[in-house]
Amino acid sequence: MSFSVKDYPIAEKHPDKVRGARGKAISEITLEAVLDNSVTIEDLRITPAALAAQADVARAAGRPRLADNFLRAADLVGVPQDVVMRAYELLRPGRATSKDDLIAMADLLRGTYKAGRIADFIVEAASVYEARGLFTKRY
Amino acid sequence: MTDAPNRWRRFADWDERPLRLDKFAAEDWQNGFAAFSSPADPKPGLGIAGGRVISLDGVLERDFDMIDRFIATYHLDPAIAPQAMAMDSGEIARMLVDMHVPRETLVRIAHGLTPAKLADVVSRLNALEIAFAYSKMRARKTPGNQGHVTNAKDDPLQLAADAATAVALGFDEVETTMRVARNAWSNAVACAVGAAVGRWGTLFQCSSEEAEELQIGMAGFTSYAETVSVYGTEKTFVDGDDTPWSKAFLAAAYASRGIKMRCTSGAGSELLMGFHESKSLLYLEARCLCLQRGMGVQGTQNGGIDGAPVTATVPGGMRELMAENLLAVWLDLECASGNDARATESEIRVGAKIMPYLIAGSDLICSGFGSILKYDNSFNPSLMNGEELEDYLVLQRDFEADGGLTPVPEGTALDVRQRGIDALAAVYEELGLASATADMKASVLVASGSDETRSFMPRDVAMISEEIKARGITVIEVIKALAKRGFRDEAENLLNVVKLRVSGDYLQTSAMVRNGHVVSAINDPNDYAGPGSGYRLSAERRREVMGIRDVLDQKEVLRSESQHQKEEARHIEYRELGEAQPGADGKEVVIGLSPAFGVKLFQTTAGHKLSEVLGVMTEAIRARGLTPRIVRFRHTADTSFLGLSAARLSGSGVGIGIQAKGTAVIHQKDRLPHHNLELFSNAPITRLEHYRGLGSNAAAYALGEMPEPVVVPTRGEAMGSRYHARVAMIYAIETGMTAEGAAPVDVAVSFKGNAQ
Repeated sequence: MSFSVKDYPIAEKHPDKVRGARGKAISEITLEAVLDNSVTIEDLRITPAALAAQADVARAAGRPRLADNFLRAADLVGVPQDVVMRAYELLRPGRATSKDDLIAMADLLRGTYKAGRIADFIVEAASVYEARGLFTKRY
Repeated sequence: MTDAPNRWRRFADWDERPLRLDKFAAEDWQNGFAAFSSPADPKPGLGIAGGRVISLDGVLERDFDMIDRFIATYHLDPAIAPQAMAMDSGEIARMLVDMHVPRETLVRIAHGLTPAKLADVVSRLNALEIAFAYSKMRARKTPGNQGHVTNAKDDPLQLAADAATAVALGFDEVETTMRVARNAWSNAVACAVGAAVGRWGTLFQCSSEEAEELQIGMAGFTSYAETVSVYGTEKTFVDGDDTPWSKAFLAAAYASRGIKMRCTSGAGSELLMGFHESKSLLYLEARCLCLQRGMGVQGTQNGGIDGAPVTATVPGGMRELMAENLLAVWLDLECASGNDARATESEIRVGAKIMPYLIAGSDLICSGFGSILKYDNSFNPSLMNGEELEDYLVLQRDFEADGGLTPVPEGTALDVRQRGIDALAAVYEELGLASATADMKASVLVASGSDETRSFMPRDVAMISEEIKARGITVIEVIKALAKRGFRDEAENLLNVVKLRVSGDYLQTSAMVRNGHVVSAINDPNDYAGPGSGYRLSAERRREVMGIRDVLDQKEVLRSESQHQKEEARHIEYRELGEAQPGADGKEVVIGLSPAFGVKLFQTTAGHKLSEVLGVMTEAIRARGLTPRIVRFRHTADTSFLGLSAARLSGSGVGIGIQAKGTAVIHQKDRLPHHNLELFSNAPITRLEHYRGLGSNAAAYALGEMPEPVVVPTRGEAMGSRYHARVAMIYAIETGMTAEGAAPVDVAVSFKGNAQ
């Protein structure tokens, strides 16, 4: 389904449709469950589906750019933290020594993590950085 | 006198005012000191061919810098832009202040406007129009506020206590940072636990190095971030060690971890960082804001921020800060509207700075109200701080404006502080991180700031913090520790905040949590359309805002007077003799008492016992060989008429009128009511020696002399603000005892005990 403004807040309007990263429903995430170890930090992570739902709501509310960001975020949910931080670092000025470094990161994200939107975004950055001479060493 | 003879010494007085510590900069666009416009600013312009932007504000596509490129690709909507750019800037400016033009219409137009056009439009509004447009254009209806919680020692016990206090005060967001960078993890745990006291839903941020901040967020301790800075020139951006693409990536990364995020930008940053391109502050900020909308962040922290102090040195600087906030909300971004870095040493400029926001409302009025004392603020002092917090609460009450805060009774403050301290101490002990002694806790409980605590020091904290990080402790372990040690409510509250990230509802524009529900621009949109619409104080919220401490009412006045009644009974006795007649003795001076004098009211507003006042007056009259006659009037409580009535009964033709609050007059029988001989109107600063002088002068007038009038010296105290509430209540007691046509009554007064 596609979510709209009237479906918001989704956790209140559609609690059945909100699930943590391991499939636990929001109603199952209770203090008791934390105490008996059946809920862990993994259950408290957002999912690509939840981000897609929020993207629907944002778009319906007239905020297409916010929606796009949620979708780029959905791409990154499954990307391990160290890879996320490596990609971020590489996007900072002077970290990549050429366009190729960024293209390689984009390929990794697209291939291994199916993060196509983020990969496209990095490819675009690579060509802008090249045009603006950003591949010079800073330290 | 060593002063230069040709200097008016008023300037020397002015030199001593805090204002003169502020330095002001000359307008100088070449060097970046121009608020609203600079000759170097481009003329608004946009070229589109085949749905593609080929020129932007005078720059051709092949010359685009990174910021132009990003704005052209991600901010400008080619479907709207040609029509929007063709509109007259003056017309759009009028639409911004026209209550009949809906917010959505203007938001849609903004999607097609370039930075130069946006700046051109808002620069046409004066400060009042900007504030009004801001109130109409901000995204969420209900206003909120954010507070800083930090201290000079990074002491976790104090952080927990102060976070709990900030929650009780009503802050929707709490932000911390550290004196020592590696203390980040301890600060995060301490504030997260403290912010779980009392209710759930206060969002929390730990401002630190980008990668570490994200890690702390992933461990579940923080729920939002706002230190993702963007800049209006390419060189500044690169010196800030980022690009629009790296920051947009970070925005997606935060959302992918379920963490709320906003960017930061503000006038003056490019100026401070040396790459301003001679452009105006507003134009550069317009670029920042278009960039942020393009990045798809839900909101911004803008309004100068770290650049606010330098912006305030420029002519129109404060108006510029308002204008850039307006741009932010017009671009449909949540706005944490600055009012943080203290831009002035002048308390008048502080109050003036905050006022438009207080009455217009804002998603977060301050993006860091210093809930702690100035010296404890690790971000640097805020515009408003712990010192001035009650001033802010009173401003809310004065203007019936919701500044997002609620007064906290003294007992409640102690309770929540104790709870925060105990909860954090229990968590640290349970996790084997540290043990807090009873003395440490006791010192923090009552401490106004870290100078007064005997608690953890930065080195202790560094060890705790590094252990939290090394052991990979997450919010789950903290929740378990809380529950195990009996802090079940806090455990639930903390879990509820972390649970927000599962649905991501709080990632939407202008989201906060109120009463356990996410409230954002989606389900609480600003619907301002004129009087009666938009945000209004509910009856319940109004009651909260009114609830400042030490409020006087008539019951309170009477209670305090009745305490003095017993005391006075030991010093004086008033015995009524019968209707007073005009006297024939040229040597008498009549003292006319007001209806409640010594009956329901027993001390002057200066705190003198009425027995003493009467004592010194009669003594002074007798000292001149005259006789005081005391008469009670009930037909009036007005000083002038009391005095004139007394004079007309007086054999000498001179009388004194005095009210219980101490206001007195010397009158003569042939004068007009308000044309008295001497008036003692400033009762709160009228001392016994003045009343003695009054008696003495009344006697002198009766003897046909022309004495030196008694002058009660004033130092310009705001007598009205200090006393008028009490005075009005007291006077109502006096007037309540009057009766039309009541005859005057002679009173025999006998002084007892140690009264004079």
